[in-house]
Amino acid sequence: MMQCRGESGSGKTTLARLLLGLVEPTEGIVRYRGQDLRRLGFEARRTFRRDVQAIFQDPYGVYNPFYRVDHVLTVPVRRFGLATSRADARDLIGEALRAVGLRPEEILGRYPHQLSGGQRQRVMVARALLPKPKLIVADEPVSMVDASLRATILGSLRRLTDEHGISILYITHDLATAYQVSDAILVLYRAHLAEAGAVEPVVRRPQHPYTQLLVSAIPRAHAERDWLAEENETPRTSVALTPDGCVFADRCPHAVELCLAAPPALHRTEPRRGVACVQYREHAVLSASALGEVLLP
Amino acid sequence: MSEPVLRVEGLRVAFDHPLGKVRAVDDVSFALMPGERFGLAGESGSGKSTLALSILRLIKPPGHIEAGAVWLDDARIADLDDDGIRRLRLAGIALVPQGSMNSLNPVLRIGRQIADAFADHGLRLGHREEQRRITALLAAVGLPATIARMYPHELSGGMKQRACIAIAISLRPKVIIADEPTSALDVVVQRQVMATLARVQQELGAAVILVGHDMGLMAQFVDRLGIMYAGRLVEVAPIADIIARPRHPYTRALIAALPSLEARGMLAGIPGLAPSLRELPSGCAFHPRCELAIDRCRAERPVLRDIAGAQVGCHLA
Ligand SMILES: Nc1ncnc2c1ncn2[C@@H]1O[C@H](COP(=O)(O)OP(=O)(O)OP(=O)(O)O)[C@@H](O)[C@H]1O
Ligand SMILES: [Mg+2]
Repeated sequence: MMQCRGESGSGKTTLARLLLGLVEPTEGIVRYRGQDLRRLGFEARRTFRRDVQAIFQDPYGVYNPFYRVDHVLTVPVRRFGLATSRADARDLIGEALRAVGLRPEEILGRYPHQLSGGQRQRVMVARALLPKPKLIVADEPVSMVDASLRATILGSLRRLTDEHGISILYITHDLATAYQVSDAILVLYRAHLAEAGAVEPVVRRPQHPYTQLLVSAIPRAHAERDWLAEENETPRTSVALTPDGCVFADRCPHAVELCLAAPPALHRTEPRRGVACVQYREHAVLSASALGEVLLP
Repeated sequence: MSEPVLRVEGLRVAFDHPLGKVRAVDDVSFALMPGERFGLAGESGSGKSTLALSILRLIKPPGHIEAGAVWLDDARIADLDDDGIRRLRLAGIALVPQGSMNSLNPVLRIGRQIADAFADHGLRLGHREEQRRITALLAAVGLPATIARMYPHELSGGMKQRACIAIAISLRPKVIIADEPTSALDVVVQRQVMATLARVQQELGAAVILVGHDMGLMAQFVDRLGIMYAGRLVEVAPIADIIARPRHPYTRALIAALPSLEARGMLAGIPGLAPSLRELPSGCAFHPRCELAIDRCRAERPVLRDIAGAQVGCHLA
């Protein structure tokens, strides 16, 4: 399970859409099992559509308010021919709903506005599980459910990866849950990679100033109550961004002249970590094609 | 001691459903002091949003308020006529609904949407005065005046959420209800938005009800926290107490489920499903998932009792 996080608008959702073939890259290639997504034939594209499932962030946008919730679940069953009879379809859907902690009899037959925010999100997770995919791209799948349910849903996603070899790209703001469930992490800031590597060192000892800011901004239950006060004390630098420089420079407490001249290279500071920041320039540069080396164990 | 600004007493809300009635809010009572920050947390589907909407009488069929009353200062909300209710919304109690940043009108500029809030309340302002107020409101939530001329899609999530707060406070309410205002935002932006909310709250002297499920956020923001389970309030206590010493087993489980940044390992969710609101378990609604349940929990429904400054609805507390 790999995790990808960054600020609102940092390009995480666009990345997900790229991976799903919903938008085409301006440059570069997305490959699924070695094949360029843009060049998949009819059959291969069908397989891809079944094997790679998406769970999108906005549970409000996906639903058609005029259809019952059942609709979003029966469509994939029909499209991928997952069931041979109506009863079979009902069983499948019931199983998927129960896997995300929902009671089918309470969900089916309702209209989207009759479900709570968290219930709607979980129906989306259930929908993605239906075709038994190989890869799930999950964009904020649990932002509206409480910690306990989040743990339950992520735990069941985690089990899927362990038991069925399903890969998951978990896109989220929530470092804490990501830390619990993923193996590797990519931290994005304004469409740029800030830091990448094994989740443990990146979250426990962040090296990029942006990752450091993120970790420090997590509101903690068992900590002194100084979270809001810190917001008011966060230094605002007066550095102006340059078109060529580091995109974080205007918010970075360590910004120097060098940051404004050219985009920072990704430096391999540890075997399983790359950081895009000039502070680490004495470390070897990690090329984009070698990124996998810091992500995979 | 000052008087509460908002009192909710015995509120009950149900949704009719072909298979039977769903009671989403069941006998909920609490009082909110002026300037207080009160949190409402609980499992998804436990009735938090329904409670928020019913305070403003915004429940639509098949839902209806079955019982209970809400007072804002001395005014009983049920006694207000349509005009009074309209004035109450925004001017008395302002709601930032769940998902509101996605429900800004996509084809109207932000400034227009704020002006519409004035107009909705029969506030007729000259163009100059209207512009002045819009600029002041945007400034209050930390947005530049130029935002007024922009459309929602031109704003980031954090900016949209601040615009929603600007609309909510446009008539200087006494109570602001914010339903999951930051659950779609990253932590850095979340902190900015919450700091903004705290600032406007202080400027207005308003009380805030924060609905959400992030116990970390609650711990850092609210003064007092109410925990909902299956439509009922099961614990209400000052925030520091509830974090340090949760008394209801459900609250304990909720706090234990918080992911830690110290140790990696399996996340601990509460086993079992949330109960069906249509057929609640007998006795305490949490008993089927409670490790401590005894016979009494299966037979008798606990009521909220005062225990050392907290209110707890558990036979064993
Ligand atoms: N319009 C409606 N018609 C029928 N049932 C509804 C309606 N709105 C809400 N419900 C039901 O009422 C219960 C409480 O919903 P509510 O939205 O208040 O939960 P919540 O605590 O806000 O959850 P979340 O944290 O997921 O937002 C749920 O079981 C929901 O399905
Ligand atoms: Mg809600």
